[in-house]
Amino acid sequence: MGSLSVNLCGIELDNPIIPASGTFGYGYEFAELYDINILGTFSFKGTTKEPRFGNPTPRIAECTAGMINAVGLQNPGVDKVIAEELPKLKKCFHKPVMANVSGFSVADYAYTCEKLDKEDQVGWLEVNVSCPNVHGGGMSFGTCPEAAAEVTAAVKKVTTKPVIIKLSPNVTDIVSIARACEDAGADGISLINTLLGMRIDLRTRKPVIANKMGGFSGPAVFPVALRMVYQVASAVSIPVVGMGGVSSAEDVVEMLLAGASAVEVGAANLVNPYACRDIIRDLPGVMEKYKIQNLKDIIGGAH
Amino acid sequence: MKQSIFRILTNVPLTDCVYKMVLSGDTSAITAPGQFVSIQLAGKFLRRPISVCDYDKTSLTLVYKVVGKGTEMMSRMVPGEELDILTGLGNGYDLTPAGDKPVLLGGGVGVPPLYHLAKRLTAMGKDVTVILGFNTGNEVFYEEEFRALGCRVIVATADGSCGVKGFATTPLTDLDYSYFYTCGPEPMLKAIYKATVTSGQMSFEERMGCGFGACMGCSCKTLTGCKRICKDGPVMKKEEILWDR
Repeated sequence: MGSLSVNLCGIELDNPIIPASGTFGYGYEFAELYDINILGTFSFKGTTKEPRFGNPTPRIAECTAGMINAVGLQNPGVDKVIAEELPKLKKCFHKPVMANVSGFSVADYAYTCEKLDKEDQVGWLEVNVSCPNVHGGGMSFGTCPEAAAEVTAAVKKVTTKPVIIKLSPNVTDIVSIARACEDAGADGISLINTLLGMRIDLRTRKPVIANKMGGFSGPAVFPVALRMVYQVASAVSIPVVGMGGVSSAEDVVEMLLAGASAVEVGAANLVNPYACRDIIRDLPGVMEKYKIQNLKDIIGGAH
Repeated sequence: MKQSIFRILTNVPLTDCVYKMVLSGDTSAITAPGQFVSIQLAGKFLRRPISVCDYDKTSLTLVYKVVGKGTEMMSRMVPGEELDILTGLGNGYDLTPAGDKPVLLGGGVGVPPLYHLAKRLTAMGKDVTVILGFNTGNEVFYEEEFRALGCRVIVATADGSCGVKGFATTPLTDLDYSYFYTCGPEPMLKAIYKATVTSGQMSFEERMGCGFGACMGCSCKTLTGCKRICKDGPVMKKEEILWDR
């Protein structure tokens, strides 16, 4: 059997499968279901400087082949994450973990990253400049190359760990933003965050989501995500983490061929809690079918 | 929580829009009345969370209302069809504080999860009163089923077409009870919160993403901190509820 291992910013992963932030908590809910150490790694719930309750409910709306969420970065804040969540995570996961960070100012991002930098288990900092669900923060940094670069540079100053900038697809030119992050010192780019969407309830004639709009994810967005991964991978020389609607081992192979070095799986975890386990189980069969010896060999193969 | 395949044994209407589906499968993950299951349906992205009406080692009874395309699809399913179901979701009702004379109050499709609860409480020798609230007489279901368990059953309808005219809270005024358990629409839960003179437990509903605590889609604020309706609920103690959430 060939090798599933890939390298992400200098850290070897047993396989490219990474549950995406916000769909996997801090890991321990899923550790009750299966041994999460089979994962490449996972990206934990988006963490901010201060605790956040998030948006009012309803926060969820179903769509054809996907869903909209407007959770709004609910999290206990970085201090509680370090004091309470990471010790629990450590008990069930023994590999480097990806710390996902959001903020409302450049200083916020730097503050949270500096704190998480000191945690041994944190392997990478995934800096979310793309959350569509919070006003005045998140996405506003990811829609402008200069602002994205400013966050990247500020975070790079406070950590020696690889910094992966998570980009929004809700922009006119994602490539220019990815390039700006690379120029500012980013060690990797992950994409795509959710697409801004909405649903309207025919009974009430009002938006389903209390926040009116939210982030659309699920299999429906896969072709959009794949296209953006392909574009960004050809424009930058740092590793790209592909995500957006990935639900099968075949989707993972497509993402790698488009140029992703690793692949995050998001909404699929919410429908099938065993989605990542199943994808890892199915990968060798798909590799054999398409005559792939090592997954590493096919990264960017479609270019 | 457990993911497994269930086979439909029966699926029959109880009223115009409420159906009873009995399935066979592994129910070992269900540990308390008031828990729910989450059902995958072909062509639907998210699973459908449905409360458990009754269960034993090998069978699961769900009583559900057709409210959208997913539940409409369920209503057309026939015996022999199989469903992928996550079982053992949520915390369920805690039976220990029930006292000798608990009262159970159900409103509409909030009635089903009270059935297995009533079964357990009557088996413990409790003097159980069940108040079933509906809008109108032709919506009433499960009155006889509760009676067969040995419960005192009071039906209340908003239009007075069956039983007492009024709401689930109406019969409470003259009732002597030790504790309460309830499930129903939020306006009813609020009314019960105000009308009850004892402690109790209330089961809540919310639009869910995953149903097992991963997505934070159904969070609410309580007096004891942020809770996820799906994982830390759906049942909450009266004392922890914060209505302005």
